[in-house]
Amino acid sequence: MSEQQAANINQEHLAVYEVFVRSNRGLDHKHVGSLHAESPEHALMYARDCYLRRSEGVSVWVVKSTDITASQEEDIANFVDPMDDKPYRHATHYVLPDNVNNM
Amino acid sequence: MQTVDDAAAQIEFDRRIADEQKIEPTDWMPDAYRKNLIRQMSQHAHSEVIGMQPEGNWITRAPSLRRKAVLLSKVQDEAGHGLYLYSATESLGITRSELIEALQTGVAKYASIFNYPTLTWADVGAIGWLVDGAAIVNQISLQRTSYGPYSRAMIRICKEESFHQRQGYEIMYELAHGSPEQKAMAQDAMNRNWWPALMMFGPHDSDSAHSGKSMQWKIKRQSNDYLRQKFIDQTVPQIEVLGLEMPDPEIKWNEELGQYDSGEINWEEFYQVINGSGPCNYQRLKHHKKAHQDGEWVREAVRAYSEKQQAKKEQKSA
Repeated sequence: MSEQQAANINQEHLAVYEVFVRSNRGLDHKHVGSLHAESPEHALMYARDCYLRRSEGVSVWVVKSTDITASQEEDIANFVDPMDDKPYRHATHYVLPDNVNNM
Repeated sequence: MQTVDDAAAQIEFDRRIADEQKIEPTDWMPDAYRKNLIRQMSQHAHSEVIGMQPEGNWITRAPSLRRKAVLLSKVQDEAGHGLYLYSATESLGITRSELIEALQTGVAKYASIFNYPTLTWADVGAIGWLVDGAAIVNQISLQRTSYGPYSRAMIRICKEESFHQRQGYEIMYELAHGSPEQKAMAQDAMNRNWWPALMMFGPHDSDSAHSGKSMQWKIKRQSNDYLRQKFIDQTVPQIEVLGLEMPDPEIKWNEELGQYDSGEINWEEFYQVINGSGPCNYQRLKHHKKAHQDGEWVREAVRAYSEKQQAKKEQKSA
């Protein structure tokens, strides 16, 4: 977050909250968007009013954006190695006889 | 003591189970359901972690750089699977240190197959093929378990597990089509690992202490014997492709049942190994304790660093 953005939030006395919704029991909570709120409790109510108006989910989480530690997309190549040089970590790397290939 | 609120919650819980809904960590659940899950999930987590030892035994002696890289990757995956499962278990309100303590004091169990030694390189092939193969049959079934975090961990693990069995079979296939000595080595490793792999599915349904409730609560979705038979049926044709002798002379196709007949497991051995008298039980736990102790300086360094950062922060704001 830039300093300017942070200042704007301070001016409004509102913080940004990220909203996560579980669409069905058994599934992961998924990020659906964000909103401004004056407290976590309010954020939860706004999330309900804004993101759960059409039975979108059975559970909602709100997390203050500033509490999220995130990677930077421009640095991702330095941060995460997809290890493409290690193809043996994938099932398709192993060539097996046809009659047992569904293993 | 069950209160009126609990009774209402119990009805809701039962309805969810009946409706094939998942139970999530913040839901009310019966104490026995929670306890049963902690037992099964922690046992599963411990198995992933202890299971690194028999295979790790061969990392420095893998026959080629490629085999070594593959084995390293596989063992690394198992560590990650242990982490997923410990974290999912912790969602039930138990701490990591309690779980580790239960493992190290023998209160918690792990898959008994890891109490057998890996005597030759072929054991690495047999483990990937048979042990991971058996684990996959079990884990595919558990993707539908009623506890949400467990189910999600199983889905993730099954995805990552796909190469484990294939690399094991590839090792076995190469050995079985190699020199007579190599073929004999493959045969020997399969013979030794076959029965312990079948034991991984647990006692017969009629003798299984936890099965009834677990099935009722949909923690387990298919019975020990059903899954074991499924494993046998899918593995026998794989043995034929290897061109090895059957590890059990009683294996025979049963036309009527449409499945393979097979011999009886030595249950006395099963209970002996589970209860601590397997060939490597002592060694496995001893090594786990040692690794845990040897890692203490890392945990201490993490704590010290965190305290230092905290102090710096406070100094800044002061």
